[in-house]
Amino acid sequence: MNDLELSDLVKRVLFDVAPDLEGEPVDPKIPFREQFEFDSMDFLNFIIGLHQASGAQIPEADYPQLASLDDCVSYLKARHL
Amino acid sequence: MPSLGADMDEGTLVEWLKQPGDRIHKGDILAVVETQKGAIEIEVFSDGVFRDCLASPGDRVPVGEVIAILDSGKASAAPTGKAALAVPVADAKALQEPLARGRKVTPAARRLAQESGMDISRVVPDGTGVVGLQQVRAHAAITGPPAVPTGRIDLKEMRKAIAAAMARSKREIPHYYVSSDIDVTALMDWLAEENAARSVADRLLYAVPLFCILARTLLETSELNGQYEAGEFSPSQSVHAGIAIAMRGGGLIAPAIRDVAGKGLDELRVSLTDLVGRVRSGRLRSSELSGATVTFSNLGERTADTLMPIIYPPQVAIIGCGQIAPRPWVKDGEVHIRQIMSITVAGDHRVSDGRSAARFLSRLEKRLAKPEVS
Amino acid sequence: MTATRTLTYREAIREALREAMQRDERVFLMGEDVGRYGGAYACSKGLIEEFGEARIRDTPLSESGFTGAGIGAALGGMRPIVEIMTVNFSLLALDQIVNTAATLRHMSGGQFSVPLVIRMATGAGRQLAAQHSHSLECWFAHVPGLRVVAPATVADARGMLWTALQDPDPVIMFEHATLYNDEGEVAAEGQVSCDLDNAAIRRTGKDVSLITYSGSLKKTLDAAQQLSEEGVDCEVIDLRSLRPLDDATIMSSVSKTARAVIVDEGWRSGSLAGEISARIQEQAFYSLDAPVERVCSVEVPIPYPSHLEMAATPQAEGIMAAVRKTLRK
Repeated sequence: MNDLELSDLVKRVLFDVAPDLEGEPVDPKIPFREQFEFDSMDFLNFIIGLHQASGAQIPEADYPQLASLDDCVSYLKARHL
Repeated sequence: MPSLGADMDEGTLVEWLKQPGDRIHKGDILAVVETQKGAIEIEVFSDGVFRDCLASPGDRVPVGEVIAILDSGKASAAPTGKAALAVPVADAKALQEPLARGRKVTPAARRLAQESGMDISRVVPDGTGVVGLQQVRAHAAITGPPAVPTGRIDLKEMRKAIAAAMARSKREIPHYYVSSDIDVTALMDWLAEENAARSVADRLLYAVPLFCILARTLLETSELNGQYEAGEFSPSQSVHAGIAIAMRGGGLIAPAIRDVAGKGLDELRVSLTDLVGRVRSGRLRSSELSGATVTFSNLGERTADTLMPIIYPPQVAIIGCGQIAPRPWVKDGEVHIRQIMSITVAGDHRVSDGRSAARFLSRLEKRLAKPEVS
Repeated sequence: MTATRTLTYREAIREALREAMQRDERVFLMGEDVGRYGGAYACSKGLIEEFGEARIRDTPLSESGFTGAGIGAALGGMRPIVEIMTVNFSLLALDQIVNTAATLRHMSGGQFSVPLVIRMATGAGRQLAAQHSHSLECWFAHVPGLRVVAPATVADARGMLWTALQDPDPVIMFEHATLYNDEGEVAAEGQVSCDLDNAAIRRTGKDVSLITYSGSLKKTLDAAQQLSEEGVDCEVIDLRSLRPLDDATIMSSVSKTARAVIVDEGWRSGSLAGEISARIQEQAFYSLDAPVERVCSVEVPIPYPSHLEMAATPQAEGIMAAVRKTLRK
C-alpha cells in the first residue's frame, strides 16, 4: 500500500470507531486525543480497528507511536503494509 | 413510554422495529425513541406477542403513556377480532387516565399546547388546580421547542438534560465528599502483564478491572448503592453502574451496565466497548438510561488528579476517579515512586454518612492492592 | 385639531335635541313634563321657549297613549322623539313598542317604517327606589325590529340622537340616571355626530376584557384603573349598541386577552351579560383561559336605602374581584 492508501485505511478505522467524526477533516500531525477529544476507550478501539484492518500485531508498548494520522501511516509502512 | 431518566418528560417515537402480530422475546428491541439523550432502543421485558401499536413515528409521547400493547400469551393463544382486542385497548385507556383525571385545562391552554406540540398532561397546574395559558407558556420555556429526531445526540438538548438533572441533584441531595489517594501500582503491573498475554482486540483498559473492583466493593457497602425515591431509599442487591462517558463537543451521558459485580473481566470489557460505541453512534437502550444504582466517573489518562462528582438522582452515590500518575509514596517507612489515583465518593447524606464512604475507600484500597484475587 | 368643549351629559342631550329641532322641522319632542317643567331630568329645559308648544309637547300621564301617538306621527312622516321618564314606566308602553313599532315594517312587507326615537332614563343610584331604578335594557334588546343604544359618555349623548333620527326604524336610547351630571369632552359643533353600530374600546389592555355599557362604564373604568396599580392590564369595552351587539369588537378583544368579565346592571338571570357570555363561548371558546365572569345586580327589586342600593348593583370592588377570579389570583 502507498501512503495515500494507508492514510485512507487509518481514516476508515477512525470513522468506524468514532462515527460522529465522519466527514470531519483530519489534521495528519495532531494527535487524535487532542484533535478529537479521544479518550482511552476510543484509542483502544482505534488500535483494535487498526489491528483488524491491517493485520498488524500492535504491542501495548507501541501505542505512543500511533498518536496521529502521520504516526500511524509511518508505523504501518515500517511493517511493510 | 418508559422513563429513561429522572429528567425525561416525553419521547418522540422514531420507528417500530417490530410489527403488530410479531412474536417478541425478552430483550428484543421493540422501538426506537428520540430523547434528549439521543435515539434510545426500547427493549421488551417479557416474551409474548406484539398486539398493537398506539403511537406512530413522529409522535411525541409523554412518559407513562401507552405506546404499545403486548400480549404475554398467557390469556389466549391467538386472539382475533374486535372482542379480543377490546380488553387491552380498554386497559390502555385506563392506564392513561390517571394523568388526565382531575385536571382542569382551559380551552386556550389546550389549544396553545396543541399548536406547540406540547403534551398538556405534563404541565403543572396553578395553585387552583387549573392549567392555563400561563402554565403552558412556563412549561414551554422550561422544555424548549420539540426535539427533531436526528439519530445522533443533540448536544444542546443534552446540556438541558444535564442542567435539569444536576440542578435537581444539588437542590435536593445533601452531598458529602470523602476522598483517598490510593496506590494502584499493583493493578497497573498486573494489567501490563495480563495485556502482554492478550491479543490486541482482547486487551483491557485499566477502567475494566477498576470498575469491576469498585462494583465488588460496593456490594459490601449497600448504603452507597441503590435509589432514593419518594423519601425512601431502596438498596440494590446488584451493582448497576452508570458509566460517565464524555461526548465530543461537550456533555456527558452515564448509561448503565447491569450487574457489574457479577461480570467477569472479559464480559465487562465487551459491555464497555459496546456501550461506548453506541454512545458515539447515538444508539442507547432504554434499560441503560434508567435503573443505574450508582455512577462511576473515571477521568482517564492525561487528565486531572481529583474529581468531585455530582450524584445523578435518584442514585445516592457517585465515585470519581482521577488520573493515575507517578507520585512519591511512603511505604514501609521509605519513599517510593508509585502509581497513585485519587478516588472520591460523593454520597447522599439522607442515606449515608462520610463514615460509609471512608469504609468503602479503605476496603477498595485493600482490593486494589491485590487485583489478581479481586 | 378639533376644538373640544366640556359639557354635562344633560347639556349634551339638550344640545342634541336643539340641533335636531333646528336641522329637521319634522322633529318634535313629547313626553311627561318635557315642556313647562323642562323634563324630569331637565334635559329639555328652555326648549319650549325656543321651539314652542307644538314641537315640545307635554303629554298626559299615559305612556301607552303618547308612545302610540309617536308611532302614528312617525308613520305619518314626522320624526318624533318620545321621552319616557324611566324604563320602569315604559312597561306601560310595551304593547306599542313591541307589538307596533317593532313589527310594522315586517308586517307591512316593508311598506311602512317607524322612524321613531324613544329616550328613557334607566338604572339605579339616585335613591329612587324599586319602581324607578331598574335596568330593563335587555328586554328591549331582545326584540327584533328595535335598535337599542346606550350612550355612556357625554360625547355619545351629544352625537347619537341625530344618527338615531336618521334610522328608518325605531331606536330606543337609554340614558342612565346617574350620568346626567357627569362632565365630558364633546367635539365642536358640526362634528359631533357618531355611529350607532360599533362598540368602543374605552381603555386598551392585554390581560382581561371588561365588557360593559351605560352607567356601569365609569365603575368599570374605575376598577380597571385600580387593577392597573396591581399590575393587571384591563381592556374596557363600552358596548354603545345593545341591539345589535358588536360581536366583532368583543371577540377580537377576548381573543387577545383570553378572559372576559361582563358588567351589567341588569339582573343576572336572562341578562344581556348572559347573552354576551353565550356569544363568547360560541365564537371565542378556544381562546378562553378562564370561565367568563358576570357582574350583575343582585336579584332583588332595587332597594331605596343608599347602602343597600349600592350593595345590590355592580361596584368597582365586585368588578375587581371578578377580574381576579379570571386570573385565578
